[in-house]
Amino acid sequence: MDNAFITSKLKTRFPDGIISTDESSDMLTVVVSSGVIHEVIRLLKENESLGFTFLTTLCGIHYPDRELPLGVVYHLHRLEGNVRIRVKTFLSLEHPVIATVTDLYSAANWMERETYDFYGIVFEGHPDLRRILNVEYMDYFPLRKEYPLEDQTREDKDDRFFGR
Amino acid sequence: MSETHYTTLNLGPTHPATHGIFQNVLTLDGERIISTEQTIGYIHRAFEKIAERRPYYQITTLTDRLNYCSSPINNIGWQMAVEKLLGVKTSQRVDYMRIIIMELARITDHLICNSVIGVDCGALTGFVYVFQERERVYEIYERLCGARLTTNIGRIGGFERDFTPEVVKMIYEFTDRLPKVLRQFEKLLLRNRIFMDRTINVGPISAERAINYGFSGPNLRAAGVDYDVRVTSPYSSYDDFDFEIPVGTNGDTYDRFCVRQEEVWQSLKLIRNALDNLPEGKHFVDVPEFYLPPKEDVYNKMEALIWHFKIVMGEIKVPVGEVYHSVEAGNGELGFYLVSDGGRTPYRLHFRRPCFIYYQALPEMIKKGVLSDAILTMSSMNVIAGELDG
Repeated sequence: MDNAFITSKLKTRFPDGIISTDESSDMLTVVVSSGVIHEVIRLLKENESLGFTFLTTLCGIHYPDRELPLGVVYHLHRLEGNVRIRVKTFLSLEHPVIATVTDLYSAANWMERETYDFYGIVFEGHPDLRRILNVEYMDYFPLRKEYPLEDQTREDKDDRFFGR
Repeated sequence: MSETHYTTLNLGPTHPATHGIFQNVLTLDGERIISTEQTIGYIHRAFEKIAERRPYYQITTLTDRLNYCSSPINNIGWQMAVEKLLGVKTSQRVDYMRIIIMELARITDHLICNSVIGVDCGALTGFVYVFQERERVYEIYERLCGARLTTNIGRIGGFERDFTPEVVKMIYEFTDRLPKVLRQFEKLLLRNRIFMDRTINVGPISAERAINYGFSGPNLRAAGVDYDVRVTSPYSSYDDFDFEIPVGTNGDTYDRFCVRQEEVWQSLKLIRNALDNLPEGKHFVDVPEFYLPPKEDVYNKMEALIWHFKIVMGEIKVPVGEVYHSVEAGNGELGFYLVSDGGRTPYRLHFRRPCFIYYQALPEMIKKGVLSDAILTMSSMNVIAGELDG
């Protein structure tokens, strides 16, 4: 199974949903619109000729300067034949809501909670969307780029010369 | 009196039977488990955030603290992820040295996990036998990198120090000695009636559920799926070697134990093979932009001083791109999803931490079982708090 096959399969099923495909990195990368993400993942998993039954990771990413700044990245793996695919989708900051894939992969449960915890991306239909690693009363999403790692009011530390 | 009363039991956050800091709130009907609610994150250290501010070579120390029972695998896995981004090809000697170190780490990881299963069913002796051997591996690390637990071993492009004849001798001695100890250990547990009764059909999981839950490593193989990153996507010249992937059938505690035990034997074979065929050459490849030069050179050679300065001050160009690299760590597929925007630090770094992913299956695996079996299931899954919380 090669990348062209997967791409054509996706493009025939979702002519408008597939925004771009890219083979320049280490695996086929598909950017899809957030509305069809659940259907795309379902097709990738349940179609017999695709069969990506293993959800390797699911994580968030934040590009503050883009029109749709919040991203969700899925890495799927077809164990037979060892084929991997990366699926990305982007969301707006005002409405960071996306369908859950917990009904397809039980593994997605905590991964989605982690992504919610770090980026504030809401997974609609998730059975138990709470913070997982941080404390429950935290009122921000720490992996978004606007939250600096260190206390910016400190004056005793000057890291400018170290490229920071 | 027909009303059923359930007991709520707080197992953790710190509990002598859980080997790590995580909480399970169990609802019990007598001794049977009705439901489990898990709380994790007690030692969350925000590594993914910290990594966004650290240059690549400083992130190795963060990976130490994920699965601290086999930190060299994490270290080397990270370095290989960076090498993949940079397009650096390592030499065969570096690859073989890495295999030796990673397999030593796998042995210690599996030894700890398996001996702790014994401890949790009351057999402390085996634990003491194998812990002595773990100590010997730590002495080997110490010779190579100066540290024992959080090793920070290796560099991007190779190792900071070469194997000295003494290290080679120590590894040979270890591989000579371990089989005897392993056989003793297996004699105590493997066909022990009490141990078998305590572990067979305890905490089973089917292959299908295990894949759905994202299991990897020995836990997945115990359920009968022969997925091993070392074989499916060979890295670091693993394809030069012949080794078997043991698989189980039921995915229960006993199968997990047996799979790990067999993997220790396979690792021993791998170490032996790699050491016998270790090619001559340098212990690092020529990537002066990323490999910190030796200290004597920094003091005495202009070139080395310049590179040293450039690396430390972050004036090295990194290609823009993204990679996913995974290695077979002690407890599963440890993945690094690295996004670079060309800056001196990663734009985004996500660790695929195997036990974070498979630990969520615990409630399903221990449901309807008894409490003492739940403890065994937990220890046989090899959940390491550092990796769980990231």
